[in-house]
Amino acid sequence: MVSVEGGVLRPSDDVGIAGYGVYIPIYRIKALEIARVWGKFYDHLPVEEKAVAGPDEDAVTIAIEAARYAIRRAGIRPEEIEAVYVGTESKPYAVKPCSTIVAEALGATPNVLAADYEFACKAGTEAFQTSIGLVASNMVRYAMAIGVDTAQSRPADALEYTAAAGGGAFIFTRRNCETIAYIEGSYSFVTDTPDFWRRDGDMYPSHMGRFTGEPAYFRHTTMAAKGLMSELGLRPSDFSYAVFHQPNPKFPLKLAQYLGIPLDKVKPSIVCSSIGNTYSGSSMIGLASVLDIAKPGDRILLVSYGSGAGSDAFSFVVQDAIEEKRNRAPKVSSFIYRKKEIDYSLYAKFRRKIFM
Amino acid sequence: MATSAYWRTRFQRYRLIGNRCKECGKVFFPPRFVCPACGSVKLEEYKLPERGKLVEYTVVYTAPKGYEVMTPYVIGIVELEDGVRVLAQITDVDVEDVKEGMEVEASIRRLPEQLEGGMICYTYKFRPVIK
Ligand SMILES: [Zn+2]
Repeated sequence: MVSVEGGVLRPSDDVGIAGYGVYIPIYRIKALEIARVWGKFYDHLPVEEKAVAGPDEDAVTIAIEAARYAIRRAGIRPEEIEAVYVGTESKPYAVKPCSTIVAEALGATPNVLAADYEFACKAGTEAFQTSIGLVASNMVRYAMAIGVDTAQSRPADALEYTAAAGGGAFIFTRRNCETIAYIEGSYSFVTDTPDFWRRDGDMYPSHMGRFTGEPAYFRHTTMAAKGLMSELGLRPSDFSYAVFHQPNPKFPLKLAQYLGIPLDKVKPSIVCSSIGNTYSGSSMIGLASVLDIAKPGDRILLVSYGSGAGSDAFSFVVQDAIEEKRNRAPKVSSFIYRKKEIDYSLYAKFRRKIFM
Repeated sequence: MATSAYWRTRFQRYRLIGNRCKECGKVFFPPRFVCPACGSVKLEEYKLPERGKLVEYTVVYTAPKGYEVMTPYVIGIVELEDGVRVLAQITDVDVEDVKEGMEVEASIRRLPEQLEGGMICYTYKFRPVIK
């Protein structure tokens, strides 16, 4: 990537998305059920329900499922993938990469770059930028970026209503007639902001409550989105869709208002009410929901957010190949409809909140 | 499971890699060193298809230690698209919903930990096809 003054990252050669895939576990718990257990009021619950990883799932298994669908859409052989990056804050191992397991499971090993990224909920878009850079510089032909989480939350904490499981995988390559969307540029805004963290060895994260809104989420996302638009000479009206990180359904709508983007351009990507906040998976699944319905020529604004804190903004333009490729693997809506409701006791068992 | 045994079998666990006898064409999963049908040692790598249908199953209510979190769970024989049959756990399905003939596809899942602080084992299971 060539970085110019002002901070926009614009690939020197055109880069596109060859394929994408998502995976959302089948289990759901209703926010009402969580509220019932802790004796909370039932109104103003942030989401309807959230996706819960089954007892045999973790960030690695979800990443592999999403990655296999991405390969199916891309129509390539796994050994053609020369880089696999997994962005997550739910690593099954504290030390040992997820990416090696994912790359081996896909069949991309052993001639492959592999590493894990960590930046709260924006680890996946961080992996986007690395992949785009590697492709643009001609160092690799296909690079895969995955954002996935099985988010942790302390029982009875406000996060418990939303902390969910899911992920998405995107394969980048040089723009050609088989890519489904090409990238126009990317812009990042990062500061040291202590809104949310988890210390080494702790099971659950800590957060600053209301502080997570204005100085954290809204400041970083707004600055990244405005920076991108100003550098690329684009206005909010140039975008057909906007995809924002969704910690809850309200934040992305409020952000749209700040940026002057009509709500109906944001709503198609909002899946948080039915699956919860999938952390690093959130921007990926949001972008996939838009690719599931977008038309060639549509311009998509993507803005991630990761606590700690930072935002990555991207502009994509949808290409003709989307029409055929989107049908090669299940869409986000298939995963939303595929669900089994569980109660709090099963949830506690699945998420190992019961110690035996 | 021993770390070394798990590592040696990772390709079959992750990617359903078996082998096929070059002499008589029989397919083996897990892979074999010698063909039990014709005695040939000329075997080549063979990747099994990842889709198939459930032909027979049983429900496990009393599980070995560590598997309590999964009970009740389904173990079944899956006939893959090329006719090869594989025994595996069927996941993401309730005992009351499972049925013979169900279309399934391979998925990689995590096995219960045998040892605190030990390695995490991932292996194939089958789940209903997502349309
Ligand atoms: Zn033989």
